[in-house]
Amino acid sequence: MSKILSYEEKDTWIHRLSGVSKLIFFLLWCLTSMLTYDTRVLIVMVIFSLVIFKISKTEWKQVGAVFKMVMLFLSLNVIAIFLFSPNQGTHIYGTRTVLFHIAGPYDLTGEQLFYELNVIIKYFTVIPAVFMFLVTTNPSEFAASMNKVGISYNVGYAISIALRYIPDVQGEFTKIKHAQEARGIEMSGKASLISRIKNTASIIFPLIFSSMDRIDTVSNAMELRGYGKHKKRTWYAEKKLKRNDYLTIAFSVLFTVVALIITFADGNRFYNPFV
Amino acid sequence: MEPIIEFKDFSFKYRAQVEPTLRDINLSIMPGEKVLIVGPSGSGKSTLAHCINGLIPFSYTGDITGTLKVQGKNPADMSLFGLSKIVGTVLQDTDGQFIGLTVAEDIAFALENDMVPQEELFTRVDEVAEMVDVKKLLDNAPGELSGGQKQRVSMAGVMVDNVDILLFDEPLANLDPATGKRAIAMIDEIQKKKKATILIIEHRLEDVLYRDVDRIIVVGDGRIVADTTPDELLTTDILKEQGIREPLYVTALKHAGCRLLPTDAPSHIESMKLDPYRQSVRDWFATAKRKKGKAETESVLKVEDLYFSYVEGKPILQHIQFDLRRGEMISIVGKNGAGKSTLSNLICGFYKPTRGRILLHGEDISPLSIKERGERIGLVMQSPNQMISKPMIFDEVALGLRVRGIPEEEIRERVNRTLKICGLYPFRNWPVSALSFGQKKRVSIASILVMNPEILILDEPTAGQDYRHYTEIMEFLKEINESLGITIIMITHDMHLMLEYTDRAIVIADGHLIADDTPAKVLTNEEIADKAYLKKTSLYDLAVNCQIEDPSEFVERFIAYERENRMLKENPADV
Repeated sequence: MSKILSYEEKDTWIHRLSGVSKLIFFLLWCLTSMLTYDTRVLIVMVIFSLVIFKISKTEWKQVGAVFKMVMLFLSLNVIAIFLFSPNQGTHIYGTRTVLFHIAGPYDLTGEQLFYELNVIIKYFTVIPAVFMFLVTTNPSEFAASMNKVGISYNVGYAISIALRYIPDVQGEFTKIKHAQEARGIEMSGKASLISRIKNTASIIFPLIFSSMDRIDTVSNAMELRGYGKHKKRTWYAEKKLKRNDYLTIAFSVLFTVVALIITFADGNRFYNPFV
Repeated sequence: MEPIIEFKDFSFKYRAQVEPTLRDINLSIMPGEKVLIVGPSGSGKSTLAHCINGLIPFSYTGDITGTLKVQGKNPADMSLFGLSKIVGTVLQDTDGQFIGLTVAEDIAFALENDMVPQEELFTRVDEVAEMVDVKKLLDNAPGELSGGQKQRVSMAGVMVDNVDILLFDEPLANLDPATGKRAIAMIDEIQKKKKATILIIEHRLEDVLYRDVDRIIVVGDGRIVADTTPDELLTTDILKEQGIREPLYVTALKHAGCRLLPTDAPSHIESMKLDPYRQSVRDWFATAKRKKGKAETESVLKVEDLYFSYVEGKPILQHIQFDLRRGEMISIVGKNGAGKSTLSNLICGFYKPTRGRILLHGEDISPLSIKERGERIGLVMQSPNQMISKPMIFDEVALGLRVRGIPEEEIRERVNRTLKICGLYPFRNWPVSALSFGQKKRVSIASILVMNPEILILDEPTAGQDYRHYTEIMEFLKEINESLGITIIMITHDMHLMLEYTDRAIVIADGHLIADDTPAKVLTNEEIADKAYLKKTSLYDLAVNCQIEDPSEFVERFIAYERENRMLKENPADV
């Protein structure tokens, strides 16, 4: 079974932190990264992200595959920005430093390069934080933390239940796929793409039907054990907040405030090296 | 003393149905009693359980007449949650009811919902985990547990709430025989320790009777047919009439012409008074005919020195070899996770063996693709829902032929012929959804048969089926085995199935083939039965107790006699 982006038990202070503090850090961190285009702030954030990523002892094999996907998406994003708005940089920074002419309306400007560099840095401030959050937070504790920060426990539990049953459904999928392949439904590269898409239906329908049976059992089992009885519930997997948690939360809030003050000190969210 | 559960003139009709499912139920259960509820599928026994645990009327609605009181109160006046403090239900699906991501969280689930503070959660979970012996597993995920362990976790999950009534809905359905036996022992211990009232719904009567129950209630066609002690019930013919299997030794004694009395204590073979019957059993054995052996045929499938592992150094299967002859019907048995399914996956080509060969008619099949193998070796999965992907019966059966590009005319002809063999021809234009479970099972078998395979592999063909449906499915398989000469392999942990319907059993334990012999010999060999988590048959105990020298021969003759009787009953004119 693939272990990509799933929780792994390790003993670091980040793992020992409560899910609540990690969630608060994570949300504020993403918020800051979204708001700011201040290159100085972004660079500090990237360095910091990489440091905590290192401390969390996250290994490449846990995140490598997803990282490659993100890189692909990032490249597409950068190219698309250039294709659709090659003058965004000029628009933002107010100057136009043409490095060379490409074709038609497309000039490569220093401003555009700088703007897109900022976009790339933004990705890199968030990626390590997301990875770190996912691989260091026990999923059940995650549900508990969501509930703690004010989100209905139904949401947390829905995620938790999904995680619980993903391996079961995967196993079921493999079984059904095998049985249908034996009946002659080709799912390998030998079949054309269209017939493969059509053939998927012969796996999806049985999968849905057998999952429906499962859902019925689960919902009965949950109700019979009192799920949804009160507006609140307690959590076995919840971690109590300790000193490090308070420090983390305080740091997150402080960092966000300072970063936003620096960002907006000059009236907009961009750092402008061109004037 | 007041009864803890009391039905008075109780009837219930589901909203979507015309006829009531339960009629005129009068039943009282006293606190601390241990009661077994038996009945065939569709008899209303599960509905009865739903009335007690509150799923009726809170999740399934319908019309109720008469009264029901649980701990003196009408469930309809309480909430499902209030009732869940009194009645704890362990469902039959050990996987489906496992809600938490770890054992500890699953056990704590009911308490979490009740807002019990975390410190108390820890201590109470520890306590109850100790009681059902899963304390070492508290941090494990459900995927890492065996079926028996999951069931113990489910028990802990309802016991943690200090319920007064524990309701077990077919607790043995997904367990191998030895694990089932342990589960029954565990239920017994819990009852003694917690003084709880225990209700067990199950049709594997003999396995439940491994430990004493106070009363057995037989439900048939929505009514209570019998409400009596096990000793009393076993002396009557009620079980047979209702289509529930009696303990095999009781059937054997009846075949030998013995009239059992409740005072003989027939509910346990070990302690039963057999003195008056020994001679009759020996006489019956002397006259009973032996099963006719099948003529030796040529080899169809040969497995040679097969090894398989996912990770090097951790073999799943080692040195497996056997030879399958044309027209044989064999079973592959062993405990859950022993490697039975892996073996069938290797034969079908879903996995590649690490070492060894599989020969079909002497030809190595390793170059054949999954699809090519599928034309010669058909696989039928446990649940028809895992296979059926077309809304109409005809299309479903035709699927395998259509994807192979066979002309529509030939398809029509072959599908119709197969549907006739499977007794589905009158339904050929029906939607699959209109069929019963047993009929769907036939559709899934038909959709494989239509490809004319030489070998049919069935994964747990009778799991969760009552005696009548079990017989129906197995007789059908027997018929296609005999009339079409198809070789059949069944993966199962149902000992009755292997005993009654298979010529040979291949026993796998911890990845090794530990026996390849007649089922009667396997199930009378204590060492093999223990290793493979099987249970030796009670016929063996009976034979030994009656000083019959060859217990496995006794078992063989019993099965032969049973078969003959059944055929006489079905086709009296033929003989």
